Amino acid sequence: MKKIMVGNHAVSWGVMLSRAEVISAYPITPQTTIVEELSVLCADGRLKAKFIPVESEHSAMACCVGAAAAGVRTFTATSGQGLALMHEMLHWASGARLPIVMATVNRALGSPWNIWGEQTDSLSQRDTGWLQLYCESNQEVLDTVIQAFKIAEEISLPVMLNLDAFFLSHTAEPVEIPEQSLVDDFLPPYQPEFRLDPKNPHSFGCMTPPEYYMEFRYKIQQSMLQGKAVAQQVDDAFGRVFGRKYGLIEPYRCEGADLILITSGAIASTARVVVDNLREKGRKVGMVKVRLFRPFPKDELLEILRQVEKVAVVDRNVSFGVGGIFAHEMRAALCNEKVRPAIFSYIAGLGGRDVTPPVLNDVIYQTYKRQEPEAQSVWVGMRS
Amino acid sequence: MYERRELMYAGHQACAGCGATMSMRYALKALGEKTILVIPACCWSVLAGPFPYSALQVPVIHTAFETGASTASGIKAGLEMRGDTETTVAAWVGDGGTFDIGIQALSGAAERNDDIMYFCYDNEAYMNTGIQRSSATPFGTWTTTTPANHPKGQPKKNMMEIMAAHRIPYAATCTVAFPEDMMRKISKAKAIRGTRFIHIYSPCPTGWKAPSSLSVKIARLAVHTKIFPLYEVEGGERYNINVDPKNLPVDEYLRLQGRFAHLTDDEVHTTQETVDREWERLVKKALD
Repeated sequence: MKKIMVGNHAVSWGVMLSRAEVISAYPITPQTTIVEELSVLCADGRLKAKFIPVESEHSAMACCVGAAAAGVRTFTATSGQGLALMHEMLHWASGARLPIVMATVNRALGSPWNIWGEQTDSLSQRDTGWLQLYCESNQEVLDTVIQAFKIAEEISLPVMLNLDAFFLSHTAEPVEIPEQSLVDDFLPPYQPEFRLDPKNPHSFGCMTPPEYYMEFRYKIQQSMLQGKAVAQQVDDAFGRVFGRKYGLIEPYRCEGADLILITSGAIASTARVVVDNLREKGRKVGMVKVRLFRPFPKDELLEILRQVEKVAVVDRNVSFGVGGIFAHEMRAALCNEKVRPAIFSYIAGLGGRDVTPPVLNDVIYQTYKRQEPEAQSVWVGMRS
Repeated sequence: MYERRELMYAGHQACAGCGATMSMRYALKALGEKTILVIPACCWSVLAGPFPYSALQVPVIHTAFETGASTASGIKAGLEMRGDTETTVAAWVGDGGTFDIGIQALSGAAERNDDIMYFCYDNEAYMNTGIQRSSATPFGTWTTTTPANHPKGQPKKNMMEIMAAHRIPYAATCTVAFPEDMMRKISKAKAIRGTRFIHIYSPCPTGWKAPSSLSVKIARLAVHTKIFPLYEVEGGERYNINVDPKNLPVDEYLRLQGRFAHLTDDEVHTTQETVDREWERLVKKALD
C-alpha cells in the first residue's frame, strides 16, 4: 500500500510498524508532528504503546532510558535545541547499552533563533555513542526506523536517524507502507539479555572505578565498530524482504569520475539532478551519499574514492574553528592512505538556506578550477 | 509488625550515623522485594557500593542527577507494557536532586500523576560533593558555599507544599527517629496508585558537624521543636499531623550542630519565629 505522507509521519508509521512499546517526547518544531501522529496512533489503539508526554527533552530521554532498562522497545524524537538539552542523557543511553531509537529532525541551533534545516544539532552529538543514519527521502525515513530498531537491538547501542527539517519533515511524498506481518518477521519482539527485574535483581550503572570503567568503554567501541557490519547486514536483509535497500553509503554515477561530490540527507536528491545534467554535458562527475555517519564508513568510501582526483564535500553543518564536519571526518579517515583524493570542503545551506542546483554547480566549478583545496572550508550560496 | 528480613546489606559505604542509610533500611522493609530503585546522583550513588558490589538486594538503576522522577516514570511504563503492574518503582533522591536540579522532572511526573513513589532523603545540603548549600538548606546554615561569616540568608524551600500543590494522592514527611511512623507511611503510600512523595528528614553528621551518635536525637529534636513536623497530605488537601511536638525551643536543636555554631541570639530568634509561623500555618491546614 502506498500513502502520501510527510517525512515526519513516515517516522511515526515506521515506529508503529516496529511496535515500539514506550514513547516519550516533548514538542519542538519541526519534530512535533512525529509525536502528534504517534499520540493519535497510541490513543486509537493502532499502536499499543505507552505515550509519556514529558515536560522536557531531557526527561524524554530519561524516560526512554528507564523504559528500555525495564526491557521494552523505546522511541523518542526531537530537533535542534531539544537534542542539545538531551545531550547528557544521550551519553547515558549508550553507556547503559540501551537500544533506544530516536528520530532527529535536523534543525539549526540558536542563537539567533532558527527553526530550519541544518545538521549541526546531530553532528554535535557524534561522540555520544549513538549510531547515526542520515535519510534522503520519506520512504528511506520509514524504512530506516525499522532498520534502526533491528540494528540497535543487535548491538545494544542506541540509534539516531536524521531527516532534514521541512525538506523532508514537512514535504509529502508517496511512501510504500510495508506489510505489518513482514515487519513482525523482520523485527521480532525485543528480548533483552538484561533488564530491571525484582526476580533477578541487579545493579545497573553503579559507580565504576578506574579498574573497571575503561573495559566498559572498550566494549562500546567494539560494538560501535561492529555496528557497521550489522547495519549492512540489516540493510541487505531488509532489501531481501521489502525490495528496498540503501547501503551505508550510496555511490551515484561514480564510474570513471574525476570529481565526486559527497553529501548527505535531502541535498543528495538535488545532487543527483546536478550530476545527471553534468554527465549529459560529458563531465565525469559522480556523487556519494553518506547514509551512515557513526560509525564512519571509511572502507566503503575509500573503495569508491581511492582513484578519484578530487572530492568535494558539501556540509550543511559547521564546527566553528574547523569547518564542515563530514569533510573533517573524511580527511581524518583518509589521512593514512598513500593514494587518496584531495578533499575540498564546502559549507552550504545553513539555517535552512536552499542548496539549489546552481549552488552545487558552483561547488563543482570551484573544485575543478582549484589545484589544491583551500586551507579552510569554502562557504557557498552566500549573500553577495 | 514489619518485615524482619533485611533488603540492605551491612556492607555499604556510608559515614557512621548516616540518616540516609537508616532511612533506606526502613524504607526497604516497608517496600519489600518487589521494588525497583532509581538512584540519581546523590550520596546513595556511592553508598550502594562500587562495581561489582551492591549493598542492596533489589534491582537498582543509577541515573543522571536531574532524572530521578523521569527515569522512574519510564521504568513504570516499561513494566506495565510487560504486564507487571505489581512492582513498586521508587526514586530515591537527595535534596539537591529534588529541591533543585530534579524539581522540573519531579513536577512533570507529579502533574501526570505517574504511578511512582518518590523519596527525598533530605540532609539539607549537597553532602556528596562536600556540603554545599541547596535550596533545602535552612536559614543561617554554614555550608562550604555559605561560610560562617556569610551563612545562608534564605529559608528552606517548602517542598511538601510544592508537592501538595500538584494535588498528588499522597505526600508525607518522616524521619529516622520515628521508624514506625516512617514504615507505616511508606506501607500506606505503597498501596496507593499515582505519584507519592515521601520527604525523609535525614541527619548527616558529617555535613551538620554533629557527633554521629546524635543523629537520631537530632532528628527527634527536629520534630519536637516543630522544625520538621511529621504529617501527611492526601490529595493535596487533607492534612494530618502525626506526632504532637513537645514545643521545645529551636535552640535545643541548633546547639547540637556545628553548622549553626556561629548563629547570634537574633538569628536564633528569627529561626524560632519562622518555625512558629510555619507551624501555625500547618495546624490551620490540618484543622480545615
